[in-house]
Order: sequence, then C-alpha cells, then structure tokens
Amino acid sequence: MSVASDTDSTPQRGGIMRLWYDSEARQVIIQIFTIAVIFALVGYLIHNAAANLDAIGKTLGFDFLFQPANYDINQSFLEYDSRSTNLKAAAVGLINTFLVAGLGILIATVVGFIMGVLRLSKNFLMNRLVYCYVEGLRNVPVLLWILLMHGFIVTNLPSPKQALSLNDSFFFSNRGINMPSPDPHPLFWATIIVFLLGIIGSLIFKNYAKKVQDETGKILPVLYVSLGLIIGLPLIVYFLTGMPLDWNTPAMQGFNFKGGYVVKPELIALTLALALYTSAFIAETVRAGILAVNYGQTEAASALGLRNNRTLQLVIIPQAMRVIVPPLTSQYLNLTKNSSLAIAIGYMDITATLGGITLNQTGREMECMILVMAIYLCISLAVSGFMNWYNSSIKLIER
Amino acid sequence: MSDAKSYEPGHHPSLPPPKNLVGWQRWVWDNLFGTVTNTILTLLSIYLLYLILPGILDYFIFDAVVNASSRAECAELGSGACWAFIGDRFSVFIYGFYPDELRWRPNLTFILLILALIPVLYDNTPFRKYGLYFSLAFPIIAAILMVGGVFGLEQVDTRLFGGVLLTIVIGVTGITFSLPLGIILALGRYSNLPAIKVVCTVFIEFIRGVPLITLLFVASTMLSYFLPPGTNFDLLLRVLIMVTLFASAYMAEVIRGGLQSLPKGQFEAADAMGLKYWQTMRLIILPQALKISIPGIVNTFIGLYKDTTLVIVIGMLDVLGVAKSAVSDPVWNGLSVEIYVFVAAFFFVCCFGMSRYSMYLENKLHTGHKR
Repeated sequence: MSVASDTDSTPQRGGIMRLWYDSEARQVIIQIFTIAVIFALVGYLIHNAAANLDAIGKTLGFDFLFQPANYDINQSFLEYDSRSTNLKAAAVGLINTFLVAGLGILIATVVGFIMGVLRLSKNFLMNRLVYCYVEGLRNVPVLLWILLMHGFIVTNLPSPKQALSLNDSFFFSNRGINMPSPDPHPLFWATIIVFLLGIIGSLIFKNYAKKVQDETGKILPVLYVSLGLIIGLPLIVYFLTGMPLDWNTPAMQGFNFKGGYVVKPELIALTLALALYTSAFIAETVRAGILAVNYGQTEAASALGLRNNRTLQLVIIPQAMRVIVPPLTSQYLNLTKNSSLAIAIGYMDITATLGGITLNQTGREMECMILVMAIYLCISLAVSGFMNWYNSSIKLIER
Repeated sequence: MSDAKSYEPGHHPSLPPPKNLVGWQRWVWDNLFGTVTNTILTLLSIYLLYLILPGILDYFIFDAVVNASSRAECAELGSGACWAFIGDRFSVFIYGFYPDELRWRPNLTFILLILALIPVLYDNTPFRKYGLYFSLAFPIIAAILMVGGVFGLEQVDTRLFGGVLLTIVIGVTGITFSLPLGIILALGRYSNLPAIKVVCTVFIEFIRGVPLITLLFVASTMLSYFLPPGTNFDLLLRVLIMVTLFASAYMAEVIRGGLQSLPKGQFEAADAMGLKYWQTMRLIILPQALKISIPGIVNTFIGLYKDTTLVIVIGMLDVLGVAKSAVSDPVWNGLSVEIYVFVAAFFFVCCFGMSRYSMYLENKLHTGHKR
C-alpha cells in the first residue's frame, strides 16, 4: 500500500527499481512495509477476537474482579475467605508469589555463592562434590524437582502424630513444618528499638572508620564493633528488661498441631526446589565471575602485601561482581517466573488464583490471562530495572 | 658430598625432581591435605559422602526391588526402592497412548532422527552433504510418519502422543525452529532500522517477561479467540508454536550477545569489500557470532528441553505427566520418589549429554589462542 504511494510520487522511468537501489529509500520502504504488516496482523487478530466474542455473546470487562471468588486459599497473609472478591484472591496470590520468590532468591543466593566459591576450591573431593551438585541439579527440569520435593514431603515424612521433632519445638511432618511463634510482651519494644539503633550506630561507625583510615591509615575493627552494637547491645537490653518474650510452641491436639506457625508442604517444596535449582545456576555464574578476574590482580594484591582475605574482599570480589550481576539478574527473574509452576502442586500463587481458579470459574480467559501476563511483565521490568541500576552503580568508571 | 663428582660448568646432567614434588604423595598434598582449610574441607567432604552415599546406594540399588506386581508386594520383598513400576508401565513411559499396532512409526522416526542428527553433529561423517539435505527434510518426514493421514498412513490423533515420545517431539521441534527464528530476531534487534528494531525488541522483551506457563495457558485457552471463527487447530501444534516462540526469544538474546561482542571493524571491513547486508551477515558476522554464542545456544536448547515438562499443566501427558499419573495409580501409590527419580535420570542423561557435546564443539571451534 505505502510502497505504491511512494512510486506514485516519483513518476520517473524505473521509479520503483531506482528506489529499491537507493539504500536510504529502501530502508524506509522496508520499515513502512514491516509496520504495515504488523498493524494488519494485529488488526486481523483483534477483528477475529471481536467476532468470536460476539458469536458466543461474551463481552470484555473487569467487573468480575469485584464479585465473590467462592473458593478458599489455604495460605494467606491477608484476611481472606471464600466470600472475598476475585481481586482479593488475586492479591493473596500475588503476595504468595512474592513470598516464594523472595525466600527462594534469598536461599538461592546464599547457597549459590557458597557453592560457587567451593567449586573453585583446590580441594579435589570438595570440588567434585560441588560439581555433582551443580550438574545434578541443573540438568533436571525444575518442575520435576518441585514434584519430587512435594512427593517426598507428603509421602515419605511421617504423619503429625509421629512427627520428627527438633528440640520439641520444631516438628517436621507430612503437613509441613510447625515452628514456635514469638509472643512479645510490651517491654520487648525496648529490645527492638535498641536493635535498630545498633544498626544505625554501626553504619555511623563504619563511615567514621573509613574516614580514620583515609586520614591516618589506621584500620578500626568495624566487624567486631558492629556485631557488638547490632547483636550484643540488644541482648543486654533483652536480659535487663527481664526477657520479655515468650515462645508459642506448637503442641499435638487431636490429629494436628495447635499453636505456633505452620509452613505448608507446598510452600516448603516450592521454595526449596526453586532455590536449590537456581542455586546451581548461581554457583556457575559466581565461578565464572571469579575466574574472569585476571590472575594478575591477585598477584598485584599480594605484591602490595594484602593478606588473602583482604585480597578477596578488596580486589577480587568487587571486580567479579561486575561480571556476576547481569546473569544473576536473569537468574532472579527466572526464579520469579518459575514460581508460576506452583500451580502443579496446588500452591496458591498469582497464576493459580487469577490465572487458574478464577479463570475457570468466571470463564474470563482473555481478561485473566492479560492481567497475569501484565503482572509478570511488571515484576520482570521492575527487577531488571533495579538490577540495572545496581549494575551501573558498581560499574567501572572509565576516564 | 664425598662421592660427588665434579662437572664442567654447564655439563651437569638433569636430575629427577625431588621425591616430594612428584607422584601421588604430591597430588594428595596439593589437592587434599596441603593447608589447614584444605584438610578441613577434605574431612568435611568425606563425612558428607559417608552420610549421604551409603543410604542412597542401599535405598536405590542394594535393597531395591525390581520384580513385583504392586507396591504392597514391593514392600514385602525389600526395604528399598521399588523399580517394578518401570516394567509395568514402560510402554506408556515411551509411547504414551500411541496405538500399539502403529508403534513401528515412532520407532522408525526415532531411528531416522538419529540418522539425521549424525551429519549435523559430526563433521567427518561420510557423505555429509547429502546427509545434511536429509536432516533438513527430516522434520517433514517425521511429521508425516508420526501423524499420518497421507500416503495411505493411518492418521493418529495427536492427543494420543505421550511419554518420551511427546517430550522428544516438542523438544526437537522447538530446537529445530527456534534457532533460525532466534537468529532473525537477533538480527532484527541489532539492525539499524528503528521500526524493525522496536518490533523485535518488544517481541523479545514481552516473551522473556512472562513465564512459559502463561503462554501455554494462552495457547490452550485463548488462542482460539484470535483465529477466524470456525477454525480449530490442534492443541499440540499450538503448544509447539508457543514453545518455539518462547525459546526463540531467549535464543535471540544469546545471539545478540555474540553479535555485540564482535568488533566494529568486522562490519566496516565487510562494507569496504562491497558486501551487501545479507552477504555480510551470512559470510562474515553470523559465523563468528554463532561460534561465540555456542555455549549460550546449547544452554537455551537444554532449557527448552527441560521446559517441555510444563505441558503437563495444560493436561498433556509427556514423560513427567505419565510419571505423575503413575504416582496417583492406586497399585503403585506412594512411590513418588522412585518414579520422579526415574524421570529425573532420563532428563539428566539427555541434558548432560547435550552440555558435554557443547563443550566438545567449543573446543573444536576454538581457533583463537587459548590461555
């Protein structure tokens, strides 16, 4: 269409071929053509969708979000019952997604960094063990790990009656983990305030120590002072105020535990499977990052007289982080997206609530799927935005 | 020093290295007990092995039961794992519900697949050129053989596909078509035509931003809305399209990484030689970019192969789906660990093989200087 109009405006001999041989004109033509094709395709799809929806008498609309959901969710941080709206169900699902993603990222990062460093150890046995760990985990689908973990907890752990107990306060059974919940007295606030003050104090001390080191070269013991401020001081206050904290330990009542927190098997299975699976990838990322730092850097640090741990802390890790952060971001995003596999074991995340039960009950495929995809897109963009910011903040500043 | 001979300067014969610098003692010293940390790590790993290994070996191998007709019988025969379900359900694991009398067709397709793979994977296959033509034609041959409906072959409903068969169908189709599509998308994103760049970028970022599971839901529930009224096409085909699109977006990013790592001089040199865009890409840029991105490409393949398991959430029975249904079978009830471990072993063999092959390829194509 647009090609034709271009040729009309240039009524020369061989006009169209001449345009084609002019590289700038050709570029414009190709782009106009592409856009026209895309618009035609989108228009065609929308036209089809409208015709199809018309034929079965459906309309598009998001009013179903404010109707009662009519289903229960077994793990929820919001007040939720089956009369709550679909919107609320979606919110509960979203929070559950964030819970799994957050816990998973935390565990995966810690385990992954430890494994990545151990993989580089000169120790033959440890090296091979971690190699087996990494290859074993990452060559098997994550969905399989989730199902295996869930299957193991549900079928191989004992029933609550014979639950494995740790110190009579943590109980592992096929209904999940029961653990004590804190029950603070009013005076406990003092400890929390001192704890927060300790964090602020140690930050101030760290700045002060850096200033002292810059001016005089003297190194102050930041770590010990911070530990004292953050952990020691609150402990002293805690004992001085007379230990104002009770633990609400779970106890057997009838067929199940009463009291304390309970972590459902679905949450445990999903979090552990996602975290361990991702940790294998993070381990490889960390290994590659550390290997990417030129060995000359280590030698230079030794020549300057830095000890091993200072070399690692001041020379190797800051440079390795630049290599590690971009792939680490995509691992975090993968973990978040993989948390949608929750639906396979019945953990109620956003895909299982809005994209699962709500979709099936209301028959609003179009709206539900658009919402779910939009939410994941937003999460992805937000996480990669944050990591890009972090990445640029640690980037090498070149002159 | 008494029997020390005297030599002319520069004529001393080479002596063997001191005993403590060679041999197994040195290896043990270097790799296991050299420093305090090293010793602690060694002892720790030995302790870990002692904790894990005997239990696992006992459970899965020494105390395992291979022949039994039900879970209860297994429990009587031994205390370990119960592998008897494999024999019982082997054909379902492999073929799904593909009709018994037509199973020669998937068998033949599988043999042809291996024949088609050989010339692709190994350079010095005899008659490699003709072999590659066959490999190119293989997807069509395979589709005809598996589905039928032409040349007098009986048509098989794709809903009967299952087990390893379905996993391989989805995996191989995705791998075959996502690479060319990914290359096109990467070139589009790397192009200097703004419109094409925007279109490709939006497509790639959208696909990478959502989980595969939502795309599969779209394929199973929503896609039919976007087609002309009355058309109804196969669920397997819709899933194949979605999986291919999904993998191609990731592929595009991997290849873009390769493109970006090429020095600008390569493009300028190609321009100076008077090569056109497609010639530049085909002869200069892509061979180098693809070589650099081989590890990423194979990783994407492995990821895709593992992601085929997600089709179980829209009700297709791939190898994991068959396993899941076996777990809920009352006869084999409670065997979830054994069944999933069996499937995990299957995936491990496939994926580990692929990653080994990629390492071999990397070494072979490494033409530069190695550190």
